[in-house]
Amino acid sequence: MSKVKVAILGSGNIGTDLMIKLGRSEILELTTVIGIDPESDGLRRAKELGYTAIDTGLEGFLERPELADIVFDATSAKAHIRHAKLLKEAGKKVIDMTPAARGPFVVPSVNMGSNIEAENINLITCGGQATIPMVHAVNRVSPVEYAEIVATISSRSAGPGTRANIDEFTVTTSRGIEEVGGAKKGKAIIILNPAEPPILMRDTVYALVEEGKMDEAKITQSIKEMEKAVQSYVPGYRLRTEPIFDGNKVTIFIEVEGAGDYLPKYSGNLDIMTAAGVKVAEEFAKNLKANQLV
Amino acid sequence: MTNARDIFITEVALRDGSHAIAHQFTVDQVLKVAKALNDAGVPYIEVSHGDGLAGSSLQYGLSRTNELELIEAAVSVADKSKIAVLLLPGIGTVKDLKEAAKLGAKMARVATHVTEADVSLQHIHAAKELGMETVGFLMMSHMAPVDKLVEQAKLMESYGADSIYVVDSAGALLPEGVRERIRALKQHVGVNIGFHGHNNLSLAMANTLVAIEEGATRIDGSVRCLGAGAGNTQTEVLVAVLDRMGIKTGVDVYKMMDLAEEIVAPILQTPQEITRDSLVLGYAGVYSSFALHAKRAASKFGIDSRDILIELGKRKVVGGQEDMIVDVAAEIAKAKSVETVR
Repeated sequence: MSKVKVAILGSGNIGTDLMIKLGRSEILELTTVIGIDPESDGLRRAKELGYTAIDTGLEGFLERPELADIVFDATSAKAHIRHAKLLKEAGKKVIDMTPAARGPFVVPSVNMGSNIEAENINLITCGGQATIPMVHAVNRVSPVEYAEIVATISSRSAGPGTRANIDEFTVTTSRGIEEVGGAKKGKAIIILNPAEPPILMRDTVYALVEEGKMDEAKITQSIKEMEKAVQSYVPGYRLRTEPIFDGNKVTIFIEVEGAGDYLPKYSGNLDIMTAAGVKVAEEFAKNLKANQLV
Repeated sequence: MTNARDIFITEVALRDGSHAIAHQFTVDQVLKVAKALNDAGVPYIEVSHGDGLAGSSLQYGLSRTNELELIEAAVSVADKSKIAVLLLPGIGTVKDLKEAAKLGAKMARVATHVTEADVSLQHIHAAKELGMETVGFLMMSHMAPVDKLVEQAKLMESYGADSIYVVDSAGALLPEGVRERIRALKQHVGVNIGFHGHNNLSLAMANTLVAIEEGATRIDGSVRCLGAGAGNTQTEVLVAVLDRMGIKTGVDVYKMMDLAEEIVAPILQTPQEITRDSLVLGYAGVYSSFALHAKRAASKFGIDSRDILIELGKRKVVGGQEDMIVDVAAEIAKAKSVETVR
């Protein structure tokens, strides 16, 4: 069976890490990397690896739209607003890696199925990808009244974009905890830790369930199943300890080690985004194939 | 009392003190404290959750009263003093700042870890646009070398901060460490320089005097040491000492003594003193608000809270990482039980 063709828009850290991950996919065929700087490390690498490297931005790709059916946008929220419109007109499936939040929020282990026909999906934030599966894992057993997550990442793995607009992280992640995780109310906190050597990404999830609805055994089982589900596309995702129960509160400790593709292992926060992006693209591709067969 | 002030004091009991009483302030307490501080001539009164706007959380402790109500209460009785709020980017947002400004807060203190100043850009800008006086608050200043501190202070200055503080969040700095930091900032930064101390090593007053000697003009204190850990530089003592030194604060010494004794002391369940836990905070260089959390975790896991704090210090944990306390406590308890089995 032939693979589904994909392109990456953006030749920075995220785009380049995607390039390496897509090279391993059995369902997706990366054909094209699109950037605006022919000297960028990403575009040079793309050429070396034999992909079509377009250095004239999205317009250059739209002249040759047959190059891909699915496009990853790894540019910026601002640029994505323009890209989203053009890619929609061109009939491409879009996986938005920026915080632009044009399309529905997707966490592959939680709500991929209900968004399989969406033309543009958004991956929320790294903290969202790491913690929302666990909020959902609790919520599917006992309704979550309130969920709060704390994401601690190494200073080195927080790029200038994240730093200049850190509110975007807290606001978007909180929304994702509610809309995708299912909590009635969500809150998100992000902390940058400058320790050297850099720390792995750590996330803590606190969930308050409805009074009288706590089922420790079932929640523990649900959390462990979810850990496996996320590990299927983010191998470095793991629970640090057993969940801690206290009345109607459960606390879950997570650690995310990156695959060390383009980005170093400590930046699990970036790895979980690119890994989730590839997972979504693979599900899109399977669906496209299935539709073609019918 | 004359209006000319050599030193501008910010009273932090209604913010930093929130840690010491597990965020249980009531509107009535805030009304009384803020009114008395206003009448005593304290120029700035900080009111917020201990971890700043939107700090009420499972991670740091839920507020008994919504902090916006507390801010509103303080504003209502402060006709001379300005009400300040604290904001930690990553916890609070520009939206929270706007709400506080709408209620009448006039100063925004934007706090980041000493090496992460660039996350404060959007909040300092927003505060300026709201017409607020702005402070860049470099927390855990003991963790970075002097040149790094200077570099980060310059960033905050470039964003528009009116003052930059050296914040000794762990109460770990020794007087010479304060001296070299304030001196360097005076040399390289044009805006007002401030100092915020904690008394974990009984050095808050000494450190504050060194900071003033080196040119700091903005000083934080907490009445009766109502602040995290062993509390901050004790404000009523500070104004008395500065008065004896001929340094003008514009604050009435007797009124400060009275409000400390009659209004603030009854709020404290136990008097603030340097307990072994707060001493360990300063000794290990750990964020002062970790004290109560470590105590709780120690009793839950049946271990010594000092072991938790020392381990957190070794791991270079920064302010805000309260979730590490239970995590580390669980690890220590597990290691101990393995030892016992052997």
